[in-house]
Amino acid sequence: MAGEFSQFEEQEIMIPEGKLQMRIAGEGEPLLLLHGELGFPGWMKYHRALSEQFRVMAPSHPGYDGSDRLDWAMHVSDLAGVYLQVLDDLELSGIKMVGFSMGGWLAAEMAAMDPGKFSKLVLVGPMGVKPEEGEIYDLFLNLATEFLEESFLDPNLVEEYATLRPDEPSPEQEELWEVGREQSARLAWKPFMYNPTLPYLLRRLKTLQTLIVSGKQDSIVPIDSMRIYNESIPGSSLSLIDQSGHRPEIEKPEEFLKLLINFLK
Amino acid sequence: MFIGHFTERPYQDPKSGYFGATGKSIKDLTVSNDIYDPMLGSDLYNRYLDEKIYAEEMGFDGLMLNEHHSSPFCMGSTVNVEASILARITNKAKIVLLGNVLPIWDDPLWLVEQLATIDMISKGRLVSGWVRGTARESVAHNSPPAYNWERFQEAHEFIIKAWTEPGPFRWEGKHYQYRYVNPWVRPYQKPHPPIMLPGVVSRDSVMWAARQRIPYIMLATQLEPTRQSFEVYKETAREEGYEAGPQNFGYLWKVHVDETEELAEEVARKFVQGPSNPFNAGNEGTANPALNKLPGMTSRRRTLPTAQVATANRGGQLSRSFEDQVSDHTIISGTPKTVIPKIRHVLEYLRPGSVFFWDGDGAMTHDDQMRSLRLMGEEVLPAVREIADELGLDSPFEVDPKTGKSFDVIESESADEIAATPGD
Repeated sequence: MAGEFSQFEEQEIMIPEGKLQMRIAGEGEPLLLLHGELGFPGWMKYHRALSEQFRVMAPSHPGYDGSDRLDWAMHVSDLAGVYLQVLDDLELSGIKMVGFSMGGWLAAEMAAMDPGKFSKLVLVGPMGVKPEEGEIYDLFLNLATEFLEESFLDPNLVEEYATLRPDEPSPEQEELWEVGREQSARLAWKPFMYNPTLPYLLRRLKTLQTLIVSGKQDSIVPIDSMRIYNESIPGSSLSLIDQSGHRPEIEKPEEFLKLLINFLK
Repeated sequence: MFIGHFTERPYQDPKSGYFGATGKSIKDLTVSNDIYDPMLGSDLYNRYLDEKIYAEEMGFDGLMLNEHHSSPFCMGSTVNVEASILARITNKAKIVLLGNVLPIWDDPLWLVEQLATIDMISKGRLVSGWVRGTARESVAHNSPPAYNWERFQEAHEFIIKAWTEPGPFRWEGKHYQYRYVNPWVRPYQKPHPPIMLPGVVSRDSVMWAARQRIPYIMLATQLEPTRQSFEVYKETAREEGYEAGPQNFGYLWKVHVDETEELAEEVARKFVQGPSNPFNAGNEGTANPALNKLPGMTSRRRTLPTAQVATANRGGQLSRSFEDQVSDHTIISGTPKTVIPKIRHVLEYLRPGSVFFWDGDGAMTHDDQMRSLRLMGEEVLPAVREIADELGLDSPFEVDPKTGKSFDVIESESADEIAATPGD
């Protein structure tokens, strides 16, 4: 199966104060994938599967991985504005967007700012909303490795776990995690990982088809955050994947992909 | 030579179980204040103030205070409150704050006002140092570590302006904004209380201090890396077009004096007992790796030669024993007779214009501290002053760290502008 080994093409996208690292793979409708708080996780099984059906666009956000940091950007909504400009420049509109964890928050901010730009929105274990019950896991007071361990219900059963979190991470990998944590701290130290006004702004998304997905056993973002997203976005649906923690795209890839592709097609 | 006295004001409670060498070592951010005994806390705060009064009586030039948060090793979480009390109950010693943790203040106008008030009440005895704080300070006050250095610099600029320029004025900065800055208290000293910068780790801080011509105080670091870090300051000073001298450098280290050699050693060993203190080699406690990696706190590649010593020791493996510290003079203890030549060695090696004797810490009792202060006053301080004179170690209150000129000379050059220069 070619898909198993299909790779991506790296591009650089110029923005006013620097460049963004972008990975492109596949043909068809554009599908924008927004990574979470530690940066791009690597080209995983779900990337490969999605690139068989879509033209996958997976950037690294400003300040993460090889993308330049924007000193002026101090909030997730600032990155949202940057990405909307990028989509303008690429003359992309009516596209489908999937955001993971902190990238889910980013996707929600983008959609609230410019709903017409998107045809479908998927939020996977999104941060960004303050739960009424429970608290978002404090990834700044825990190591990247501990955060990754906590992101799965049972790391031992996860096929790609060793790719994501090697037993002995290379110094380069450690550095990328720290770069990601630093950038996330620049954007979301206080309030920690949420925007208190976001639920009110999301009410505008009356016609954007939205799917919220979370692992049923997510111990990073409380399920109550998903409930608030679900109630704030009119017409959105919420799917919980059983026997999965915060990263269903990696812990339960088959179920996740089935759900996602059904929704996106 | 300027000689100061320092203790971390540890919360000494052997019953808590967390008592370093004689109990459980403390891991950062893991000890609940549930064990806090208010009666004991009250006694200790008063004890440490009493010791400062006595230090002044025994001839110390400076009473140094520091600030840490949410940890038993240092009870000084509101350094300005302690300083305010000293302002009124002491008479001639300078009150040296090393210092306020600038970046954790969301409203630095409070600092402008509090510090100017201390300067008022003490009649110009405030020396106002700044620190960036350790990761625990950022965590305790939920201050964004990734903007720590930007906030430090902006708060400093703001405070200096508020102290020196007539209000009202506006401040529209990146991290701080005010539309009416006009504090109704202004510093006693002109142009403003002298600033000092203590530290151990950050190359940025040392270079910044050199550019601002602010004296840099190295805290309890080993001699050779300390000297190398002073070189970083000197090189930056040269780039700025001036020569840094002893007036630009200070050094703090552990010194305890006692009546006999035996007693001195017995008591000095208490430095490494008491509640674990991340800055107290030999009893540093256990590092919390997440705290060491607080995102954005310190530029990962811009540390000083002393950084390794200051941080890598944590966790036991490289921890330096009492004996090691005695052998390289980072702990000096003994009778006045044996202590004085060792202090001379440090002064010759580092050539600081300011020194701070760190004493009365760890598990030392009030009596231990009082004996040491008495002997220092009677024998050690006079001898140290003589040595400093012989070595030409002028303090920043004798020689202007900004120009390298003696204040006596400046005074005779322009009598008008020195109304309240540092120095009596």
